[in-house]
Amino acid sequence: MPINYIYPEYEIIRDKNKCIKCKVCVRQCSNEAHTYDEELDCLYEHNERCVNCHRCVALCPTRALKIVKTDHTFRENYNFTGELINEIYRQAESGGVLLSSMGNPKPFPVYWDKLLINASQVTNPSIDPLREPMETKVFLGKKVSKVEFDENGEVITKGYPNLELSMPILFSAMSYGSISKNAHEALARAAQELGIYYNTGEGGLHKDFYKYGKNTIVQVASGRFGVHKGYLEAGAAIEIKMGQGAKPGIGGHLPGEKIGEDISATRMIPQGTDAISPAPHHDIYSIEDLRQLVYSLKEATNYEKPVIVKIAAVHNVAAIASGIARSGADIIAIDGFRGGTGAAPTRIRDNVGIPIELALAAVDQRLREEGIRNEVSIVIAGSIRNSADIVKAVALGADAVYIGTAALLAIGCHLCRDCQSGKCNWGIATQREDLVKRLNPDIAYKRLVNLLTAWNHEIMEMMGGMGINSIEALRGNRLMLRGVGLNEKELEIFGIKHAGE
Amino acid sequence: MNEEWCLGCHLCEYFCAFVNSGEKYMPKAFALNRQNVPNITVEEGDRINFAVNCRQCDEPLCKKGCITGAISVKDGVVTIDTEKCVGCFTCILSCPYGAVVPNKEGKAAKKCELCISNGGIPACVTNCPNRAIVLEEVY
Repeated sequence: MPINYIYPEYEIIRDKNKCIKCKVCVRQCSNEAHTYDEELDCLYEHNERCVNCHRCVALCPTRALKIVKTDHTFRENYNFTGELINEIYRQAESGGVLLSSMGNPKPFPVYWDKLLINASQVTNPSIDPLREPMETKVFLGKKVSKVEFDENGEVITKGYPNLELSMPILFSAMSYGSISKNAHEALARAAQELGIYYNTGEGGLHKDFYKYGKNTIVQVASGRFGVHKGYLEAGAAIEIKMGQGAKPGIGGHLPGEKIGEDISATRMIPQGTDAISPAPHHDIYSIEDLRQLVYSLKEATNYEKPVIVKIAAVHNVAAIASGIARSGADIIAIDGFRGGTGAAPTRIRDNVGIPIELALAAVDQRLREEGIRNEVSIVIAGSIRNSADIVKAVALGADAVYIGTAALLAIGCHLCRDCQSGKCNWGIATQREDLVKRLNPDIAYKRLVNLLTAWNHEIMEMMGGMGINSIEALRGNRLMLRGVGLNEKELEIFGIKHAGE
Repeated sequence: MNEEWCLGCHLCEYFCAFVNSGEKYMPKAFALNRQNVPNITVEEGDRINFAVNCRQCDEPLCKKGCITGAISVKDGVVTIDTEKCVGCFTCILSCPYGAVVPNKEGKAAKKCELCISNGGIPACVTNCPNRAIVLEEVY
């Protein structure tokens, strides 16, 4: 047997005084990090299998378990950290590309935390959202530039198809395949109850979920999985996925072992075959080509649904967004480099793309300068963590935000970032029947509703504090933001002043 | 019992045994190999699991078989009077669900009484992590 160079990253600590040997940890760990020895009536921990997902910790009835980061160490080295050394060992062993899941965890600046929100004092009144009307409803899509009336004062201008949202939040695209059917059901039911939308991702729409069509955005990605006329017609809007924040420039790969009967039917591919989404859309090599697809989809759905084009935030994002706005898209979705994923090459996830905050400011500014901001709505994604991030995003010019990671956290994800293994102990990023059933959609959808209801209330509180009673009046209102600890260039891109100015 | 959501984690058994042990601290209830027998049992299958406890029958066979009249139905809950019970265990033999068991001392029978003496909400219901066990009134 070759030498195993890697020492486990985590250690499972069991308080023997508290442990009642109920073995729930043994039964619940899909990684088999806990085992029970009948002969010695004793529980063993296998630290090398632990991914730190907290399933055992959360279910232990006596709280006898905790997971700690190992203090086993290499000789201190600022340059070659323990993590880097282990990654080299892993690649030297496997010869493969390193895979990771969820968003970029590296210590790049989080610009949301360097932006501060204004509030009214003395010279303008703040508003109490519990006592006065407060509007967080938004419409996504192309807006008319002029409203015309007939001689009787009736509006004769015909508007464009828009999505109506009760709050400026949507659930990000997560495919059936990358997440479980129960997770999808939770998102769909929550979207329906909240009056917002969830997104099928590129995996097609399961036959059981057509009934949530009014609250569904159907995605068309480079693999075209599950795309047919009924699918396009089922959704409230169609999203063309050009890129994803976690892995800009590359495609996707759902391994064949996850393509069971149900997923195969939904994706319209044979069982057990790998679902490979190419890096580009092979029919889109220019803005003109994109325009063709946008209009093909509009034509196929009788011009009744807005079309979204989703891109990853990359270097020339403002120019790209301008092109998309001119391609006939109604909504541009921009996904920042912290956006999540069910699996991505580690090096790409951690090093490609740009922060969504800067991308948003640049895109909004560019579209305004070009006089085409009303042609499209902007939806941003890529690590919106709380309601304050949303308020800041809207003030920077976003119409709404996509939340993916936060939504999964609400239904039990513990960000162990091991989705690619397919053994999610929380029943989210798995297709294993015994694991999927751990996520009861009755509980999960309610938790999503709770989270977003709370966030919506917080958004209203912050708007009220600024003396603003409509989210429309906050959009692009960059005077409501100040920067802290930002340099001149960053302030220039954000179009905001420094705190104290 | 919604077997669709039962994970076979067996937590219901442990919480049942704990709340019926009279102890306040869970680790103590299971210390020193105390034989706390739960009133609920998880049946495990290949792809399906479910927890079985007393069905609170309208006309319980255990009651019919009881030689001392220790078993009665009060407000829909089948209860055993341990004072009257002589430990003949006819009830255990006659229950088709296997929901009656001998108590720790082995001198009387015991069964799920829906935690009416432990605060009213069954511990298996409140502690089920996936809402597989629910308490519903059936008319």
